[in-house]
Amino acid sequence: MHDKTIAELSQALHAGEVSSVELVEHQLQRIEALDPRLNSFITVSREEALTEARQADARLRSGDAGPLTGVPIAHKDIFCTRGVRTSCGSRMLDSFVPPYDATVVERMRAAGAVILGKTNMDEFAMGSSSETSFYGPVRNPWDVERVPGGSSGGSAAAVAAGLTAGATGTDTGGSIRQPAALCGVTGLKPTYGRVSRWGMIAFASSLDQGGPMARTAEDCALMLPAMAGFDERDSTSIQREVPDYRQGLDAPLDGLRIGLAREHFEHGLDEGVGGAVEEAIQELRRLGAETVDISLPSSNLAVPAYYVVAPAEASSNLARYDGVRYGHRASHPTDLWDMYTRSRGEGFGAEVKRRILVGTYALSAGYYDAYYLKAQKVRRLISEDFRRAFDQADVIVGPTAPGTAFHVGEKADDPVTMYLSDIFTIAVNLAGLPGMSIPAGQSDGLPVGLQLIGNYFDEGRLLNVAHRFQQATDWHARVPPGFE
Amino acid sequence: MEWEPVIGLEIHAQLSTRSKIFSGASTAYGAPPNTQASAVDLAMPGVLPVLNEGAVRMAVKFGLAIGARLAGQSVFARKNYFYPDLPKGYQISQYELPVISQGHLEIELEDGPGKTVGITRAHLEEDAGKSLHEDFHGMTGIDLNRAGTPLLEIVSEPDLRSAVEAVAYMKKLHTLVRYLEICDGNMQEGNFRCDANVSVRPQGQHDFGTRTEIKNLNSFRFVERAIDYEIARQIDILESGGRVVQETRLFDVDRGETRTMRSKEEAHDYRYFPDPDLLPVHVDEAFIESVRTTLPELPDEKKHRFMTHYGLSAYDASVLTATRAMGDYYEAVVDACGGHSKLAANWVMGELSGALNREGFDVAQSPVSAEALGGLLRRIEDSTISGKIGKDVFEAMWAGEGDADAVIEQKGLKQITDTGAIEAMVDEVIAENPKQVEQYQAGKDKLLGFFVGQVMKRSQGKANPAQVNELLVRKLKG
Repeated sequence: MHDKTIAELSQALHAGEVSSVELVEHQLQRIEALDPRLNSFITVSREEALTEARQADARLRSGDAGPLTGVPIAHKDIFCTRGVRTSCGSRMLDSFVPPYDATVVERMRAAGAVILGKTNMDEFAMGSSSETSFYGPVRNPWDVERVPGGSSGGSAAAVAAGLTAGATGTDTGGSIRQPAALCGVTGLKPTYGRVSRWGMIAFASSLDQGGPMARTAEDCALMLPAMAGFDERDSTSIQREVPDYRQGLDAPLDGLRIGLAREHFEHGLDEGVGGAVEEAIQELRRLGAETVDISLPSSNLAVPAYYVVAPAEASSNLARYDGVRYGHRASHPTDLWDMYTRSRGEGFGAEVKRRILVGTYALSAGYYDAYYLKAQKVRRLISEDFRRAFDQADVIVGPTAPGTAFHVGEKADDPVTMYLSDIFTIAVNLAGLPGMSIPAGQSDGLPVGLQLIGNYFDEGRLLNVAHRFQQATDWHARVPPGFE
Repeated sequence: MEWEPVIGLEIHAQLSTRSKIFSGASTAYGAPPNTQASAVDLAMPGVLPVLNEGAVRMAVKFGLAIGARLAGQSVFARKNYFYPDLPKGYQISQYELPVISQGHLEIELEDGPGKTVGITRAHLEEDAGKSLHEDFHGMTGIDLNRAGTPLLEIVSEPDLRSAVEAVAYMKKLHTLVRYLEICDGNMQEGNFRCDANVSVRPQGQHDFGTRTEIKNLNSFRFVERAIDYEIARQIDILESGGRVVQETRLFDVDRGETRTMRSKEEAHDYRYFPDPDLLPVHVDEAFIESVRTTLPELPDEKKHRFMTHYGLSAYDASVLTATRAMGDYYEAVVDACGGHSKLAANWVMGELSGALNREGFDVAQSPVSAEALGGLLRRIEDSTISGKIGKDVFEAMWAGEGDADAVIEQKGLKQITDTGAIEAMVDEVIAENPKQVEQYQAGKDKLLGFFVGQVMKRSQGKANPAQVNELLVRKLKG
């Protein structure tokens, strides 16, 4: 049962071959048995899940059911869930129980998806390894000595291990795509503004975007419409119709122009990853696509610009965690200053503090122009690069991450090396474009991800390319040993 | 040395929107603490601001009224600082691109000509909550009902040269925002408050002196006293060879002096940057035109019209146009009394304003409607009653005893114009006061007043004074 895709589960539920309660119980058992090895969940909401499953079964019987009704999923613990603790991987919010649902949660509930629980993540989504969580590091099911990537590492590991068929993630600089790549699952970061950020705990507001993570592109195509769409509570969400992405999945790739950016294949790329990506590109050619060489000359500026913009916004977004109204408050403060400094000192982990410091510095009087404004100019250059590239290409393809999953602790003390894990994904966020990662091969038994970058609102095309690729390959169907 | 003060004001006007600037919570004043604070106002994790279009509409209305430049695109920024009643750890405000810039306001000064005061900018921002220190032993309570209330911060040029000018400007602005119905002007509740930037320089010097900023002045009187104190303090320092320190000061109402709040070195670095949760605000021609159609007649226009159309003095016209409601009331009285604009002005400014002040009422709360007052004035004009009796009738009307005609009828106050009846009373008075008659006839003309008074008393004030006068003169000379 746990090796089935959302599409298959949906079919089985509608055919009455299985009930949602049976499915949910099976997944809960699996989580109980296997997650101690992975630590991919922060909270498992057993009772709520069973209640929702019973409601879903009633909907299925009454004929009032959609494709996700009764399907068990998990939410990254960055999405607020009414009545269920939402920690964002931080001690600061260890006791925080939101009185509201994020729009994504609300919409997926309305679609009938059943929430198994909340997945582990880097604290406040700041990280590329899911090691910075207050709840301990997440392990990669392909090798539990290795990281699953991050920050949506809990969601990626849970999907890869068959603990859930689908999960939500968020992506600020690669946090859906990089863990998808490292765990061998499919993940989609939509166009900025496609998915509402209401109730999604902010890291860097101008970059954050929620999206689906599952085994297949088809499953992402089922999940995305239940997450996306205009939301009047998010001024940056975009009023634009959300298509039924399943419609275009099977379109042939004949004549598709695939852009290959020189900058994606230069120094720093792991040989095994490079080889697997080349193979995958060959496969796309066999499916009818043509490749064109393109250039993204400002690529090398993406990581530095990101590490100004994202911490700057984060330093301000995280100012609300002051111990005054909710969240962690230091015991017996002697005065206001003591309450602030100890509450924040105790509530936040090292990486979060580092980024708050960097961001505060970048916004300070005298440095603002040199850092923040300059970074905004770089963003425009990067967007320009992509605009020109999409004159020549329909989709840009390359590696998602420069390497495969690294060992737990390997990069934990070297933030810059860690930041370079997102070297290929970050530019996409800076430009606000949609991007995907799909399993495209293996290197030394570890998954390799292929990144697909599309033009604004061209999620349909990405899903189509990914789906055709997955029809022709079986990388997405591989199961990590021990999690069969 | 002669010193010239240089003053600029920053005025915070709370906009009268029903809901907050970035959330749907109510802005009503006086609710129990934290009952009007939504998840957005509390800055819960993951919540987002959504701009209230009504606040932009009001800002644009203000911009049109002061002949300002309206930004096609304005931007909300975050002003970052920690304070317990600032839930997000930043205030959403406008920084580099405000919605309004380059406006001006004409002010009048009692002694001398008026002047034009430049308005540098006016921008939208949200208010913070309140810290309550009294009721919690060893702790501070936080009330976030006010958090997110929309404010328009109106920043003047340093065009003001005295505390009197500053107050005239502030009063003019106070009148204007109430005319526009964008702010209720309630200063006790802090809905219209002011920070004053004050410096002095030697008369004739071009460059400004070092300024200080006096925070949170919430009455016209405090503005005047604080600025006067600060000017004197700075002159004292400079004349004794010292230097004014750039700093923020507070006005101590009880001691009538300003004192240091924080120095320039302690000033916050607010780390402003554009708020990524909000899109730039686009104000296009169509929007501006739709606001323009809601503009009322402005105070200056109305005052001018009252002078030319009703023949009022500049002073009377000012008083009667101080609020839109007062102007409307006056005009309704003029209509109802048959166009006797001077008489109407005297009564509205006299009896009516006196009664309103006595009760602490706004003109809208007057128990005597404009139509009812007009009815009373008609009875004075047509000699049914004298002006003096009119005051008694007004009091009865104020007490709810009915309209003018009902009160006159009920109390029998109708003026006696029957010559026979008046003549009888005149004869009686002459007969009863032979000594005074003798003196009068001997040339003591002033005694006429005594006789008139006696007759009026006898008639309980109802005799037509003109007739009484005429009969007395004739009979006494007789």
